[in-house]
Amino acid sequence: MAGTEESGSGWPVAGPLLLGVRHHGPGSARAVRAALDAARPRVVLIEGPPEADVLIPLAADEDMRPPVALLAHAVDEPGRSAFWPLAEFSPEWVAIRWALEHDVPARFIDLPATHSLAWGRDGDDVGADPGSVGGGGDGGDDVTGDDEAVAGDGEAVVGADVRVDPLGVLAEAAGYDDPERWWEDVVEHRGVGAGDAFVPFVVLEEAMGALREEYGSGGQDRDLVREAYMRLQLRVAQREFGDGVAVVCGAWHVPALRRKTAVTADRALLKGLPKVKADMTWVPWTYRRLSRHSGYGAGIESPGWYGHLFGVPDRPVERWLTKVAGLLRGEDRLVSSAHVIEAVRLAETLAAMRGRPLPGLSETTDAVRAVMCEGSDVPLTLVHDRLVVGDVLGEVPQSAPAVPLQRDLDRTQRRLRLKPEALERELELDLRKDTDAERGRLLHRLRLLGVGWGEPVASRGSTGTFRETWRLRWEPELSVRVAEAGVWGTTVLGAATAKAEADAVSAQGLADVTALAERCLLAELPQALPVVMQVLADRAALDADVGHLAQALPALVRSLRYGDVRGTDTGALTEVAAGLAERIFVGLPPACAALDADAAQDMRRHVDAVHGAVGLLGEAVVADRRAGSGAAVSGERGRGEAAGAVHGVPGDGGGGVVPAGPHGDLRERWCGVLRVLCGRDTVPGVVRGRAVRLLLDEGELEQEEAARFMGLALSPGTPPGDAAAWIEGFVGGGSGGGMLLVHDERLLGLVDAWLTGVPADAFTDVLPLLRRTFSAYEPGVRRTLGELVRRGPGQRGSGAAAGGGIPGFGADLDGERADAVLPVVRLLLGLDGETAPGDDNDLVGVA
Amino acid sequence: MTVSVEPMSVEVSDGKPSAALRPHAEDAFAGELAALAAQDDRPRPERWKLSPWAVATYLLGGTLPDGTVISPKYVGPRRLVEVAVTTLATDRALLLLGVPGTAKTWVSEHLAAAVSGDSTLLVQGTAGTPEEAIRYGWNYAQLLARGPSRDALVPSPVMRAMADGMTARVEELTRIPADVQDSLITILSEKTLPIPELGQEVQAVRGFNLIATANDRDRGVNDLSSALRRRFNTVVLPLPESVEAEVDIVSRRVDQIGRSLDLPTAPDGVDEIRRVVTVFRELRGGVTSDGRTKLKSPSGTLSTAEAISVVTNGLALAAHFGDGVLRAGDVAAGILGAVVRDPAADRVIWQEYLEAVVRERDGWKDFYRACREVSA
Repeated sequence: MAGTEESGSGWPVAGPLLLGVRHHGPGSARAVRAALDAARPRVVLIEGPPEADVLIPLAADEDMRPPVALLAHAVDEPGRSAFWPLAEFSPEWVAIRWALEHDVPARFIDLPATHSLAWGRDGDDVGADPGSVGGGGDGGDDVTGDDEAVAGDGEAVVGADVRVDPLGVLAEAAGYDDPERWWEDVVEHRGVGAGDAFVPFVVLEEAMGALREEYGSGGQDRDLVREAYMRLQLRVAQREFGDGVAVVCGAWHVPALRRKTAVTADRALLKGLPKVKADMTWVPWTYRRLSRHSGYGAGIESPGWYGHLFGVPDRPVERWLTKVAGLLRGEDRLVSSAHVIEAVRLAETLAAMRGRPLPGLSETTDAVRAVMCEGSDVPLTLVHDRLVVGDVLGEVPQSAPAVPLQRDLDRTQRRLRLKPEALERELELDLRKDTDAERGRLLHRLRLLGVGWGEPVASRGSTGTFRETWRLRWEPELSVRVAEAGVWGTTVLGAATAKAEADAVSAQGLADVTALAERCLLAELPQALPVVMQVLADRAALDADVGHLAQALPALVRSLRYGDVRGTDTGALTEVAAGLAERIFVGLPPACAALDADAAQDMRRHVDAVHGAVGLLGEAVVADRRAGSGAAVSGERGRGEAAGAVHGVPGDGGGGVVPAGPHGDLRERWCGVLRVLCGRDTVPGVVRGRAVRLLLDEGELEQEEAARFMGLALSPGTPPGDAAAWIEGFVGGGSGGGMLLVHDERLLGLVDAWLTGVPADAFTDVLPLLRRTFSAYEPGVRRTLGELVRRGPGQRGSGAAAGGGIPGFGADLDGERADAVLPVVRLLLGLDGETAPGDDNDLVGVA
Repeated sequence: MTVSVEPMSVEVSDGKPSAALRPHAEDAFAGELAALAAQDDRPRPERWKLSPWAVATYLLGGTLPDGTVISPKYVGPRRLVEVAVTTLATDRALLLLGVPGTAKTWVSEHLAAAVSGDSTLLVQGTAGTPEEAIRYGWNYAQLLARGPSRDALVPSPVMRAMADGMTARVEELTRIPADVQDSLITILSEKTLPIPELGQEVQAVRGFNLIATANDRDRGVNDLSSALRRRFNTVVLPLPESVEAEVDIVSRRVDQIGRSLDLPTAPDGVDEIRRVVTVFRELRGGVTSDGRTKLKSPSGTLSTAEAISVVTNGLALAAHFGDGVLRAGDVAAGILGAVVRDPAADRVIWQEYLEAVVRERDGWKDFYRACREVSA
C-alpha cells in the first residue's frame, strides 16, 4: 500500500513531512514510527552524515545490535573523529529500520562529515579530552540537534554556552523549572494512543517556529550552514519522489527546513567550506557511553530507563519497579512483592502530587529509595548503575568497514618498521634511541588494550632500566581484539588512554592501581595519569592496611625511576607517592603493635621496602623542587632545620617536626618514625632491631646509641626469644650485618655476652632464630666472627679503647696500605694515563 | 540543607500570647495553618486539615495567593518533604531516619500539626518504654472496683490516634525494646488494636497514620525487625549541605547557649567556628572541602550538634582561662575528643588527617600546632 495516493490521505500538511524529534527520546521514537506507519512516505531523510548512506543497509544485518554509533574520521588523521550514537530507542534508528523494513530508501542529509570534521581542525587536542565533549551535551542539545554528533574537539562546549536553550524557554513558559522533565511530560510520556499520529509534530513545529522567530539561529552560525545543506538535499529528494518525503531531524531544525529560501542563497552559504578526506564506519557502543557522565556521551542520563520505556508494551512503571526488585533480590536484599506494590503506589501518588501525568524516573527513584532501599542511597547507586544507565553493549557485523584504530595501528607499524608476523621472535629495545622507545611504547599501549602482540621478557645480559626485551608474535585473532578495542578510541594513544582510565576506576585493590600507574608510565600515557593518580590517592586514603600501602609505595617509586629514564613528567606521581609515604608514616607505628612472628617478618620486609623507597623518593622530591623554582634553597634549609628538630625530640610520634615544606623532609620524618619503632616495647623485636639498624646505617643514630638500644633489647629482662628476634632484625639477612659485627667489636661483645647469658632451657628456643640469622652470612664472615669470639673479650676491649675514632678500627691510617690504592684512584679520576696492571692486585689485597 | 528553623522567640500568632515555654507547633503557627486552610482548594484526604500540597507548602514555606507569607519550617530538599507527605497520604507509615541534629523530631511535629492539627499524640521511645505506651494500660482502681471495661482502659496516644483518625508520633523508635516495637506491626498492617481482655478491638479510622523517628548512627540500639521495617516508607534526613549553612546553624545555637550560660560574647569567633565545621564536615564526608583528597571517616557521628558543643566548650575555655577570644587552642581538645572515639583506629585517622590535610593548609598553622600539642 505504499504509494503517493495513500500517503496523500494521511499527509498532515502540504510539502514534505517534517518530523522534529528529540535525539534519543523514546517518546519521539514511538511517535516517529507511528507517523511513518500512517504516512507511508516514499523516501526517508534522516539528519546524519551523507557519507554513511552506503552503511545504512548494514543496519538490517542480523548481527547488528544497537547501541551502535556511526563513526566518521579523517582518513589521514584517525584521531580527528566524530560519533553519531544510535540506540534502539533513537528516532533516527527507528526511521532507518522502518525504511529498511518497508523497502523505502533512506538517506542522511546533514552536512557531510568531510566538512564537519574539517571544522574541528582549529581546535587542537583532538579526541584527547572526551570528558569536556560529554559535558556539552546538556538537555538543550538534544533538541537543537547540534551536538548529537559528538565531535572530538572542544567546539561543542563553547557552542553549548552561547546557544540559548530552547527547551528551557518552552519549559519555563509552561511553568517547569526542569526542561528535561517538561519534555518528558509533554512528549515522551505520551503513549501513542488513538490520537492523530502527526499532532505532536505539528504542535512541536509551531512551538519551535515561535522560538526560532525570536532567537534566530541561537548564536550557532554552523546550524545555518547545516540547515542550508539539508534544504538542498530535501529539494533533491522532492524532485525525485514528489511530496512523499519524510524528514527525521532535531526539532530545532524543523522551522528552518520548512522555510522557503532561494537555492542560490543556500548554495552561497555552502561555498568554500573546508574539507578533509573522511571515512565512515559503524562501531559498537554502550549505554554507559550514551550517558552523559562518560566521555563521548550523547547527553542522556538514563539510557536504561529510556530503553525500558521504549521496549515495554504497557505499564512501564510496574514493569520497571519489578525489574528493580529483581535486581535488588539478586543482590540479596529483602524485597517482596508487597514492596513493589507499595513502591508503585508511592510513585503514582507522588506523580499526582507533583502534577505529572505519569510517574517519571524521579518519582520511581524516590519510591525505590523510600520503600525498597530503606532510605539508603547505597543500593540506589546499584540501581542507577545497572538499570538506569544499564550495561547494554552493542554489536556490529563483521562486514562493517575497518575501525580507524586498525588503520592507526597499521600506520604506526609501518613508521616504526615493526611488521606483524606470525613467527615468534625476540626484540631488544634500547630506550635511549627514539625509534626503540616508540616501539616499546606502542607495545605497552597495545598490551593495555588487551592486544597481546608482544610479551615483555627478562632481558638477557644487561639489566639496565633503559633496556626492554619483547617476545613478538601476531596471532590472527589479535585483529579481532583491535576491532574490539575500537570502542576505546580511534588512535592507539587515545584508546589506550581511555582504557587505562576506565581500568583505574574499576580496579579492585590498591596494588592493581599502582601496577596500572606503572604501565601508564611505560606506555607513556600522560593524559591518563591524572585519573589514575586520583584513583590511586583515593584508594590509598581509604586503605586502612599499612601493609598494602607499604607494598604500593616501592612500585610507585620504581615507576618514578622509569619515568626519569623516559623523560616523562612525573610531578603528579611524586606528589602521590609522597602522600602515600605520609600515610605510611602515620599508620606504621600503631600497625606494628601486637604482631605474631609471621606478621612481624612481613612487617620487617615492609619497613625495609619503605626505607628503600623513601630514600629514592626523597631524591625525587628534592630534584623536583630544584627543577621547579628557587624553592630548592628553602627546601634544603628546611631539611637542615628538620633534621635538627628530630635529634632534639627523639621518640616523637609520626615524625614530630615543624613542617618545613610539603614533602621536603620525608627522610627526616621517616627517621622519626623509625625512632618511634626502636623505642616502643610493643613493637616486635625483629622490627625494632631492623629500625635501629636502618637508623645506624643512615648515620642518624650514634654507635653508642645503637649499643644502648642493643643493650636494652638484650638485657636479662627481655624474653630470650624476643631478644633473638631483635638480633635477627638488627644484623640478619644478607644486608652486611655480619660485617657490622666484625668491625664493631662492642656490638659483637654485647651479642656474645647476651648469648652466654641465655639460660640453658631457653637456649634451644632461640637457637633456630640465631641459626637463621647467622647462617645467612658468607663463610668468610662467619669464620672471622668465630675467630673474634674465640680471641676473647679482653683483646677486643683494648682494641676499641685504643682507637679514638670508629670502634673496631685503628686510630691512624695505615700509610702503606692506603698508598697502594692511589694508582687506581688516579686512574679512575683520569689524572694520568699510566696504567699499571699490578694495581688491581693491590686493591684486592686491601679489600 | 537541613536547617531546623526553630523560632528564636516564642511566636505570637493570632495575637494570642502563649504562656508555655515552648508552644506546640499547631499553636505557634496557628495563623499560618489557618491561612493555608482557608485558601486550600485542592482535594484533602479524609480527616486531613490540609491537602498534601498545602502540607508541603507549610513545611517548605512560600507565599500564598493572598500574600500571606508561610515561613519555611524545614530548609532542605523539596523531594524529601514531598515523599514524606505523600507517604502519609497512603496507608504506609513514615520513618524519618538521620543522625542526631537533623531536625527529625521537628519535621515530624510539624507534619503532624499540619496534617491532623495536633502534634501531641506522642510516644517517646526509651529503653524502658512499655507495651502500654503503645497499646493501652489500665486504671487499676477502676479495674478492681468494676472489673474490666472500656472505662477502666487507659488508651495510649497511638490508640487515640487510631480511634480519631489522627497522626500519631513515635520518637526514637529504635530505642524501644524489640518486643515492644513489634506491637506496632498489627497496628500498622491490620490497622486494628485488639483488646483481648474485653473481647473488643479498636479499628483505625481513615486519616490515621504514624510517623516514627530513629537515629541511624547510634550503636547498641534495637534494630527494627524486617517485618516492622516493611510497614514503613523511609526518608533519610541529610546533614547540612553546605559549610555556610552549617556555620550558620552552629553560630546561632552557640550564641543562644552562650547567652543562657552567661558567657561573654567572643569577637571574631566565626573564623574558628568555620574551622571546626570544616574539620567536622571533611571527616564526616570522607573528603576534603576542595573535593580532591579522600579521607577516612572516624567512628564518631561528628554531627552538627557535636560541633556546637565543641565551640561552646571552647568559648567557655576562652572566657574563663584564656583572653576571651576563641582561639585554635581552645577548640583543639574538644575536636580531639569528638573525633577520637575509638582510641586505636580513630587516632590514626586523626593523625593522618592532621599530617595530610591540616599541615599543608594555608593559615591553619596555629590550628595544626594546637592539635599536635593535644594529640601528642
